[in-house]
Amino acid sequence: MAQARVMAVMYPIQGKGLEPKSRARRFEEIFAAHLDAAYAFARWLTRDERNAEDVVQEACLRAFKSLDGFHGGNGRAWLLAIVRNTYYTWLKKRRVEALSVSFDEDTMDGGELAALEAPGSAVDALLQQQDARRLVNAALEQLPEEFREVIVLRELEDLSYKEIAAIAGIPLGTVMSRLARGRKLLLQHLRHAQRES
Amino acid sequence: MNCTESRSRLHAYLDRELDLETSLAVERHLASCADCRAAFETQSALQAGIRRHAHYPAAPAGLAERIRSQLARESGAPAPRSWRLRWPGFAQWLPVGAAAAAAAIVSWTVAVQYAAVPVEEQLAEQVIAGHARSTLGSHLVDVASSDQHTVKPWLSSKLDFSPSAVDLANAGFPLAGGRLDYVGERPVAALVYRYRQHVIDLFVWPQAQRGDAPLKALSSRGYNVLHWREGGMAYWAVSDVNEPELKAFVEAYAAAK
Repeated sequence: MAQARVMAVMYPIQGKGLEPKSRARRFEEIFAAHLDAAYAFARWLTRDERNAEDVVQEACLRAFKSLDGFHGGNGRAWLLAIVRNTYYTWLKKRRVEALSVSFDEDTMDGGELAALEAPGSAVDALLQQQDARRLVNAALEQLPEEFREVIVLRELEDLSYKEIAAIAGIPLGTVMSRLARGRKLLLQHLRHAQRES
Repeated sequence: MNCTESRSRLHAYLDRELDLETSLAVERHLASCADCRAAFETQSALQAGIRRHAHYPAAPAGLAERIRSQLARESGAPAPRSWRLRWPGFAQWLPVGAAAAAAAIVSWTVAVQYAAVPVEEQLAEQVIAGHARSTLGSHLVDVASSDQHTVKPWLSSKLDFSPSAVDLANAGFPLAGGRLDYVGERPVAALVYRYRQHVIDLFVWPQAQRGDAPLKALSSRGYNVLHWREGGMAYWAVSDVNEPELKAFVEAYAAAK
């Protein structure tokens, strides 16, 4: 089983009823340091810039209000968890169906299946080509969100399985299986896009 | 370890989530099995590709300010009142009512800026002390590596932020590793670089002050210190190298990070 990395305790543990000044400064410390991460994560969840801003703004208000519940630890992970919760609430409120395109493994032909086992050098070559940036981002955008969020937290935020589990509210084993499945889907999509171009 | 066992641990191995013993067992299996090695290389190439190419947009200009002012509006009465009590002089200048909350933000910023000068000198002393402690003792690095992909994740697993640990060997400043230190009452990242026989420490931590600050030189006890703020982070480079070399280092870091 994976060994979770030990997190250092970052902020002095403080009780309820923080003084307003230390409360504001404490929030500002987390906010100033992690606003970009919050926005990038929201952007990947919503896949839209304006909506990402709305979600981040709402999440920051929630974060400020629930600051008493934050007793130290990883400020970035704490804020990202709030961004994620805000996103799902927002999604429900707007009754927007997630437009995730699902990948259907059954329709893959032999060539695509073989591509999954392609040597690293082949994937490397694929990712070296000129439109690699477009290919990678398009593949990520189309990933169903339960996979997209763990991939983004792992690869872009460089968070540990334990941190991702805490943010997404899922068991460690699920983090691992969603990462594996998400990566498999990404490889399929990249191969598919390359064949079409 | 057989292929089935190795495959089931491939992702955890890639993500450095395995304990040492299991990790070594996977490594041994990969060395002897071409199929599993190919599968690992594919995953590794995909990971590198995502990390290199995926969008990581910065928060748009103005978002931080919008959030701060909305916070000031919505957090409303109790907190701002106490803030005003704390700095009555500033709040009196502002109209009451809607502006009261904004006053809280203003006075809070002003207070931070007023405090900045002596704090800066205190911090300079602290980073020099941290640097001196590590170079005089034997505790130069907690993680020794010239590979940024080792140093950065190690530091970000211990801290609540993720400093860019770029190797600057091309500019003459090879990355030697990273260390945790404690400055300004918080744990900070110390990136350790070498320059000829010298050691340069670059202390990095997120800071509450808004806005960037240009490069500023300080020196004390035979150490040179260069300090700047950028993108919500405070940077303090400290070393016994001369100021021009330290400046060259800072420029190389700023260009590469």
